Amino acid sequence: MHISNGIIDGPVAAVFAALALAALTVCVLRGRRDLDDRLAPMAGLVAAFIFAVQMLNFPIFTAGVSGHLLGGALAAMLVGPWVGALCVAVVLVVQALIFGDGGVAMLGLNITNMALLGTAAAYALIALLLRVLPRTRAGLAVTAFVAAMLSVVVASQGFVLQYWLGGTTDLGGNLAGLAGTMAGVHLLIGIGEGLITATTVLTVAKVRPDLVYALRSLRTPAVPAVPVAGGVR
Amino acid sequence: MGAGHGHVLYRESDSPVHRLPPEVKIVAMVVFTIAVVATPREAFWAFGAYAVLVAVVAALARVGPRWLLSRALIELPFVLFAVALPFLGSGDRIEVLGLRLSEDGLHGAWNILAKGTLGVLASLLLAATTTTRDLIVGLDRLHCPQVLTQIATFMLRYLDVLVGEARRMRVARISRGDDPRFLWQLRGFAAGIGALFLRAFERGERVYLAMLSRGYTGRMPAVWQGEGAASAGQWLVAATVPVVAASIAATAVVLS
Repeated sequence: MHISNGIIDGPVAAVFAALALAALTVCVLRGRRDLDDRLAPMAGLVAAFIFAVQMLNFPIFTAGVSGHLLGGALAAMLVGPWVGALCVAVVLVVQALIFGDGGVAMLGLNITNMALLGTAAAYALIALLLRVLPRTRAGLAVTAFVAAMLSVVVASQGFVLQYWLGGTTDLGGNLAGLAGTMAGVHLLIGIGEGLITATTVLTVAKVRPDLVYALRSLRTPAVPAVPVAGGVR
Repeated sequence: MGAGHGHVLYRESDSPVHRLPPEVKIVAMVVFTIAVVATPREAFWAFGAYAVLVAVVAALARVGPRWLLSRALIELPFVLFAVALPFLGSGDRIEVLGLRLSEDGLHGAWNILAKGTLGVLASLLLAATTTTRDLIVGLDRLHCPQVLTQIATFMLRYLDVLVGEARRMRVARISRGDDPRFLWQLRGFAAGIGALFLRAFERGERVYLAMLSRGYTGRMPAVWQGEGAASAGQWLVAATVPVVAASIAATAVVLS
């Protein structure tokens, strides 16, 4: 869902860049508290995983963005919303800087959609569903699947909002069509993303439940985590 | 895994652009891209001037046009969108080669094509002349928060771990009589993805603990930081590209 340079106009991109910067600052401040010895390597691996998974992308012909898995739900599940958003943001920054995937001037828009909207929607759903659903493997699987699927659709609608505010070409009455295309394609992507997220989270939860951030609040802390070296500057 | 710290797009060379400190190149590239995006789309000459600027830097960096253009194909999805725009756009229609196309859509297509291509070329030039290690050092020197550089460092390090584990698991499957081909591979792949994640994590955790026990404090060793930080002269040299680009953009805005 990377937006390339020139698809959204400058002022809107600047507004979203400011918004993304402010939100990321909050994530950095909250994320530092979360980042301990267990979470630091996990955050790196989640980012690497998302990076690898986002390499597989295909064009969405009528929208000017690429379609691919986002990884926001996996990040929120395994490393929490704050560090999770940072992981996705880091992936996007590196992709924009050296792979030319998503314009550098559009970074604020891309971070808002994929890192902030996607992860926030996923975490809200995870927090809700984990309370409502039974605490079984099936409950966890459904939570991961639904959160991943819906977060992708929510993130895709972020692009529609941005195009409505500052698309460089007036599509006339086609905006509803754009919203429909984006939602439809991303619902399909969301199913794939949901399956991958659910299998990954289930395996991790089975073997190393201590690594799943979303399950932390549900159990009593066994060993207090050691703060990571250099986690606080 | 003991290979160099380059990445697929890095081009080993010793050009003046390669020797510039990374933080200088990152800033120059970002300012250049913003100048390009801020240029009004009707100022066709400005985009020609930007292209010349990119070509000059590419020549200085000893990056050939063939390498650059073939790598720029990543942009293809957006080019396809640009092709569709003249048919989707609204407003006045004009006749081109017997097709009735939207004028606004044509301008929009050009806008995306020109700005997108220039942005991709600029980032390819940065990638071709900067190793990932240097990129992190550059971001660190630009006072990027440490949490972010830390995640980025691990991400780039673990990419190799992930690829290596995936290859090992594939070899293991084949040697146990599995026959992975395109579609048939999917089931095994889906079943293995959780295992891949765990295996990569446990290997990565060992790498991390080994780093900690060798004195890792969340930042890369001070040797990297001190050595080769940009001098005022280097900032001046690298500033020529964004300054020229910004003046082109300013002229184009004034003229339009």
